[in-house]
Amino acid sequence: MYFAAEVLASSSTLKQKWEDEVRKSVAKVADQKPEHLWSTVSDLKIKRLYGPDDIKDMDFEQDISYPGQFPYLRGNQATGYRGKYWTFRMFSGMGDAKTTNERWHMLLKEGQTGLSTAFDFPTLMGYDTDSPKARGECGKCGVAIDTLEDFMQLVEGIPMDKVTTSMTINPPATALWAMYCAAAEIRGIPLTKIGGTIQNDMLKEFIAQKTLMCPPDPSVKLISDTVEFGTKFVPRWNTISISGYHIREAGATAVQELAFTLRDGMEYVEDVIRRKGLDVDEFAPRLSFFFNSHIDFFEEIAKLRAARRIWATAMRDRYQAKDQRSWWMRFHTQTAGCSLTAQQPYNNVVRTATEALAAVLGGTQSLHTNSLDEVLCLPSDHAVQIALRTQQIIAEETGAANTIDPLAGSYFVEALTNEMEEKAWEYIHKIDEMGGMVAAIEKGFPQLEISDAAYLYQRQVDANEKIMIGVNKYVTAEATPIPLIEIDDAVETAQVARLQAVKRKRDGKAVKKALDDIKSACKKGENVMPYCIEAVKSLASVQEICDVYREVYGEYRDPGLY
Amino acid sequence: MERVKRIKAGDVRTASRLIRNLEDGMIEARSTIKHIFPLTGRANVLGITGSPGAGKSTLVDGLVESFRKKEKTVGVLAVDPTSPFTGGAILGDRIRMQRHAEDPGVFVRSLATRGALGGLAKAVGDAIHILDVMGKDMIIVETVGTGQQEVDIINHSHTVIVVLIPGMGDEIQAIKAGIMEIADIFVINKADREGSSKLRREIMAMLDMAPPTAFAAGWRPPIIRVENAFEPEGFNKSLEELSSTIEKHYQHLVKHDLIGSRIRRKAVMELNEAIRTCILEPVLNRLIADGETETMIEKLINKETDPYTLAEDVAKRYLKDLNL
Amino acid sequence: MSDKKIRVMVAKPGLDGHDRGARVLARCFRDAGFEVIYTGCHQTPEQIASAAIQEDVDVVGLSCLSGAHRYLFPAVAKLLKEQGADDITVVGGGIIPEQDFQLLYDAGLKAIFVPGATLASIVDWFNTNVQPRA
Repeated sequence: MYFAAEVLASSSTLKQKWEDEVRKSVAKVADQKPEHLWSTVSDLKIKRLYGPDDIKDMDFEQDISYPGQFPYLRGNQATGYRGKYWTFRMFSGMGDAKTTNERWHMLLKEGQTGLSTAFDFPTLMGYDTDSPKARGECGKCGVAIDTLEDFMQLVEGIPMDKVTTSMTINPPATALWAMYCAAAEIRGIPLTKIGGTIQNDMLKEFIAQKTLMCPPDPSVKLISDTVEFGTKFVPRWNTISISGYHIREAGATAVQELAFTLRDGMEYVEDVIRRKGLDVDEFAPRLSFFFNSHIDFFEEIAKLRAARRIWATAMRDRYQAKDQRSWWMRFHTQTAGCSLTAQQPYNNVVRTATEALAAVLGGTQSLHTNSLDEVLCLPSDHAVQIALRTQQIIAEETGAANTIDPLAGSYFVEALTNEMEEKAWEYIHKIDEMGGMVAAIEKGFPQLEISDAAYLYQRQVDANEKIMIGVNKYVTAEATPIPLIEIDDAVETAQVARLQAVKRKRDGKAVKKALDDIKSACKKGENVMPYCIEAVKSLASVQEICDVYREVYGEYRDPGLY
Repeated sequence: MERVKRIKAGDVRTASRLIRNLEDGMIEARSTIKHIFPLTGRANVLGITGSPGAGKSTLVDGLVESFRKKEKTVGVLAVDPTSPFTGGAILGDRIRMQRHAEDPGVFVRSLATRGALGGLAKAVGDAIHILDVMGKDMIIVETVGTGQQEVDIINHSHTVIVVLIPGMGDEIQAIKAGIMEIADIFVINKADREGSSKLRREIMAMLDMAPPTAFAAGWRPPIIRVENAFEPEGFNKSLEELSSTIEKHYQHLVKHDLIGSRIRRKAVMELNEAIRTCILEPVLNRLIADGETETMIEKLINKETDPYTLAEDVAKRYLKDLNL
Repeated sequence: MSDKKIRVMVAKPGLDGHDRGARVLARCFRDAGFEVIYTGCHQTPEQIASAAIQEDVDVVGLSCLSGAHRYLFPAVAKLLKEQGADDITVVGGGIIPEQDFQLLYDAGLKAIFVPGATLASIVDWFNTNVQPRA
């Protein structure tokens, strides 16, 4: 029991008094809105006040404890942010490799501490720029990478043994990670020295983001290949970033984001154990997570705290992990793109700052802050700088990093954390009953839950039950002009020419052999990573490698659940 | 007639507009059908039905692929339910078939049940004629097998395929009575799932109960297992089996001179539908427009008279030669 | 009795899979009494135009968040025109900067909806500007 009996008794008396007072006041002046509208952005009902009785059943040692101790509710590191702030990691990429490389150097100069790569859609989907499917997309919302030549240009002058690099890449993750490994080798940096993350989380693609290539089972197999390869040869690399971000952006509630993401994580753990025969403690410490930080301040903090506790419990009790590093949930956070508005875009700075502060109070290890213009186009240099400065202000001016998990012990925050955890477990158990996440996805379960939530939210916005300033309240007629950047359509022509030049000069026979080797590895169920590294060195393109997967494993098309 | 000529030439725009006009119940569209009807009877019509979530659309998509490999042209009519609350509908079957969108040998059209006064079966029957005259070799009609309307639709086809999936509880009971009896082929879809052999036994038991006369010329409906669509190799193999079973069934109909019975079944349906459209609907519409329907309902509520007396009275006025 | 309904195709051209808006709109149109054909993600302009004609829709709503709308939206409008179907209304939505609006209108689009457009305002626009054809 969290409180002594006499504390609870006195609380109960005082609470009675307070409730009477509230009743009297409300009878005189009614609340501004009805009871059910005092809720989180995810529609979780919030009480007027929380007190000792809301957390009386907690066990201090079991449920709260200290940073660096099970269940890690208060953080993985004993030292908090005093040893090191979170990594300031701004997601960026646009146009060709050269342009993105320039933005990277600018960001490092401005005090960013980690790199994060946005690829364009053809690259994300495993198509080359000259594919008919890629028309109009080149460089539009990320950098276009076709072959290792582009990649070498992307990392030009970047200290690959010092800066960690995150790559948001999913179906073609093996090909792009192979390029990073090959680039390091070519520059004489051993694989044991490079660090970073590939997103490489296909389950959330089926659930939410729809960057699709092969069916779920072989997709998970390729992911397990990377986990195995990383465990053995690239020990500083996070080979999966299990992502709730996109699930949330697709319209999920905070609880759904939490539950589906953690259940995805469990699915990967189970697959690697089953398929690769690795011991859970061999690879689990390199699993990382990626969450959204939405606009509802306390809900987000509670979600991130609950995530750590659920993961630690699952890893210890469900998978019998022994190493405490396996129990740690390490995660990157990005502020919510879907909370930003095209109307009155400067308001987005405030939203992002609030969301970033929630992520920090939730104990994130790494953070991307959105730029104010991202709802309109690719961010401009100036907007990116404001976003980065937002993090720096939170870290160095606000005092938020002074002490660890400052909201622990708050009646409200602890109660909300408990509630999120409970509701997340309900979902997790439901998915267990369906036979796991792959089976649940085949049934369309998480997809339809998210659709329902997204539609409900939109109708609440339409009905002014959920407020978006500038959209359904305090609307102004005049537009705020902001400078936008645009990717010239000529980038596509130049990139196609570059790809064709590479194809002309490379050794066609070597490429064919390398691709055949990948194909036979796929068929035999061998790990594809070593073959991918050889293939990218022979200048095989991203699409050529992905076409092998499509041929062997079949192509998965969007089932279009709505 | 220019329109008929264009449809015969395979003009998609004309055909799809005509189907739209038929769905909308436009009387002038009927006259085109009058010209089309004599030209029909060439296509093989498949009816595919089963409960929601049985994976029918994915199966249809696979069948389209396998027919195209055999160089047959295909028309698909996919029926989805209209929301009884809003009158709107999301017609989602097409999503699974979009890879064929650019293939001129494939025509896919989605229809909503709409629900008013039946009539859907008629629109589908007419749409089959249109696709037939467009020159489609195979016409697939896909519908949820849970209502009488859908049973009527399925009656338009030569071969009826009922799709079931394991693990959905009492799957057989969920299918509308009348569908199980007209199945020519059963498909156990997603057959890698648990409960597949139990489902198979249930279908077998049901077939065992049927009298031998139920199986025309000895065609006992075969049960085909279709593998999970996520496993392309097994799925494609299953589809080959299914498509050859469809072919065998068609040969069976031809060989035993049974195709006539199917054509007859369709003719009965169409005649009934047409009579309803040409007689019942105008009468009902007139009664509504004149406000007479309301008056009659009032009388019934007040027990001033009974429904039969009222209906006989209407019949006497509108159907002069009927001896009542 | 004639029973006409607006038929809408909600389509996602290009490689972008962000389908939240498209799916919310599909449901919203159903609830507004329209018949909605949803194509799913990753459609080429050719697939969309061809499907729109087969389905005889009154309006095609295109959704794109990747920035490729400058190519994809005009491509759909052009294909419809080439196939004699420019009576099908084409509208678009997504992350579309205002500076691109004119280019899209010039290509034949009749309306652009950007983040913040309410469902009600979109349905209103459809009810006012789209007639179920005869």
